[in-house]
Amino acid sequence: MMLAFDLFEPYGFQFFRNGIVVATVAGALCGLLGVFVVLRGMSYIGHGLSHAVFGGAAASAVIGINFFIGAGIWGIISGVLIARVARRRVLGADAAIGVVTTASFALGLALMNRYGQASKSIEAVLFGSVLGVKVSDIIAVSLVAVFALAVIVVWYRKMLFSTFDPDVAQVSGVNVSVVEIVLLSLLSLTILVTMRIIGVLLISALLVIPAAAARMTTNSFSRLLWISPLIGAVTCFFGMNLSYHLDTSASATIILLDALVFIVVYTVAGTRNRMKMASLGHV
Amino acid sequence: MGTEPLINCQHVSCTYGNSAVLDDIYMQVNRGEFVGVVGPSGSGKTTLLKAVLGTHPVAHGSITMQPKLTLGYVPQVETVDWYFPVTVEEVIVMTRSKGTWWPRITQAERKAVREVLDRLGIGDVANRHIRELSGGQQQRVFLARAMFRNPDILIMDEPTSGVDVRTRHEVLHLLADLHADGLTILLTTHDLNGLAAHLPRLVCLNKRVIADGNPREVLTPAVLEATYGAPMEVLEHGGMPLVVDHGRVQMRGDGK
Repeated sequence: MMLAFDLFEPYGFQFFRNGIVVATVAGALCGLLGVFVVLRGMSYIGHGLSHAVFGGAAASAVIGINFFIGAGIWGIISGVLIARVARRRVLGADAAIGVVTTASFALGLALMNRYGQASKSIEAVLFGSVLGVKVSDIIAVSLVAVFALAVIVVWYRKMLFSTFDPDVAQVSGVNVSVVEIVLLSLLSLTILVTMRIIGVLLISALLVIPAAAARMTTNSFSRLLWISPLIGAVTCFFGMNLSYHLDTSASATIILLDALVFIVVYTVAGTRNRMKMASLGHV
Repeated sequence: MGTEPLINCQHVSCTYGNSAVLDDIYMQVNRGEFVGVVGPSGSGKTTLLKAVLGTHPVAHGSITMQPKLTLGYVPQVETVDWYFPVTVEEVIVMTRSKGTWWPRITQAERKAVREVLDRLGIGDVANRHIRELSGGQQQRVFLARAMFRNPDILIMDEPTSGVDVRTRHEVLHLLADLHADGLTILLTTHDLNGLAAHLPRLVCLNKRVIADGNPREVLTPAVLEATYGAPMEVLEHGGMPLVVDHGRVQMRGDGK
C-alpha cells in the first residue's frame, strides 16, 4: 500500500502530470518519424535539425517574436535547404546536414553571445525542462503528432516507396522531392515542439534509438511503424516516473531507458536474427 | 511485331558535369520489340536508360514517348537495400501509391499480387522478407513489381549482373516468355554470350550508337572492336554468334 502510494505520489503534482503526458506523446511522435530517419540513414538529421532550430530559437528570442513561429519557419527552411543540397549527389545528405545545420547553430550562438539577455530561454532549449511544460506545449505536441500520423497514413505508400527505392519511385510517378520536403518539415515541427521538453542535445536520441531497437524486432515496415512509437512512448512514460523517484534528470533518464531497451533487444532479437541471416548462405 | 514507336531518341546527348556521356544518340523502340543495349563500362548504357526514364537530364536532342506510356523499371539488384524491412508483398504493392490513401493492402491487391507472382513462378514467397529469397527469386520479385503496373514497356538495367548461371538462364527464359506474350522490353547488359546474343535486336553503344540490328549483324569483330576498343573474335556455336575475347590469358594446367 505504501509502495503504491509512493509510485503514484508524483501524479499529485500538476507539473508532473503535464510533463508525463507531453513526454509520452513526444516519445511516440519521435518514434514514428524516427523510422524514416533510421531507414534513410539520416540518424544525424535529428541532431542537425535540432541545432538548426536552435538558431531559429535564438533569433526569435533576440528579435522578440513568438518562439514557435520564428523557430518553426527557421526549421522548415533548414529542412528544405537540406533536401535541396542533398539532391546534389556529389555532396550527399550527411554533408548537406553538416553545412546547413552547423551554420544555423553558429548563428544562434553568435546571437546568444551578442545579446546575452536571451541566454536563459536558449539554455532551456538546449537542455530541456520536461517538468516545466505548459498546457500549450501539450496541445502543440499533440497537434503535431496527429498531423504527422495523418500525413503518414495518407502518404504511407509514397513515403515507403521513396524511402526504399527513390529512383524507381520517381519513375513510377511519386514526387520524391515533395515527399522529402514534407518529411523534413515534419521533423522540423517535431523538433520545434519537443525541444523545450527534452532539449536539442538529447532530441536525436529519441529520433534514433526507438526506431533502431524496433528495427531489430521485425522485418515488416508496417509493423515497424507501430513498434517504434510504442517503444518511444513507453520509455518516455517510465523514464519520467523513474526520474522522479531516482531524482535524476528526466531527459537523461528517458534516453538511458531507451538505450537499455536497445541493448536488451540487440542481445535477444539481434542474436536470433544474426543466426537466421547466417543460415542464408546464398545471399 | 509492329512499328508503333513507344520511345524515340533523336540526337540525344547527355553529360555529367563537363564530360559527355552520350553523344548524338538515335534509337527508336517499337511496340513488341525486345532490345538489348550493350557496351563497355562507362559507355553510357545506364545513362541512356535514365534519360529515357526521365531521371537524367538530356543536354541536347529529344526523347519522345508515346502519350500515357506506362514504364516498368527494374533496377540493378545490386542497388537494392536487402536489409530494408519489407516483405515481397509490400515491395510489389508500393507501386500503387496513386489514388489510394488507405495504407493497408486490400484483398483485391493481395489477389493481384498473387497473380503476378504466380505468373513469374514465385507464388509462395509473398509474405517473406526480400533477403530470405534466392538470387533468382529476388530478381523475379523486382520484375513482379514492374509487371504489377501493367507496363507498356519493361526497362531493365543489367538484369543478369551479379547472378549465377542458373539464375541467368531463369531470367532469360522468363523474359523470352514475357516478350512472347507481347511485352516490349529494353535492357542493358554486359553479358554478350549469355544474354545479348539471344536477343532479337542489339544496340552497340559507346557514347554513340556504333551499330543497331540483330546479333548476327552487329556481333562482328569490326563492330565489337569499335564498341569495346579491343580485338574480339566471333565464332558460331549452335547457330548463334559466340564472342571470344582475345585479351583472355590462356592458363596452363599447372596454373601458370
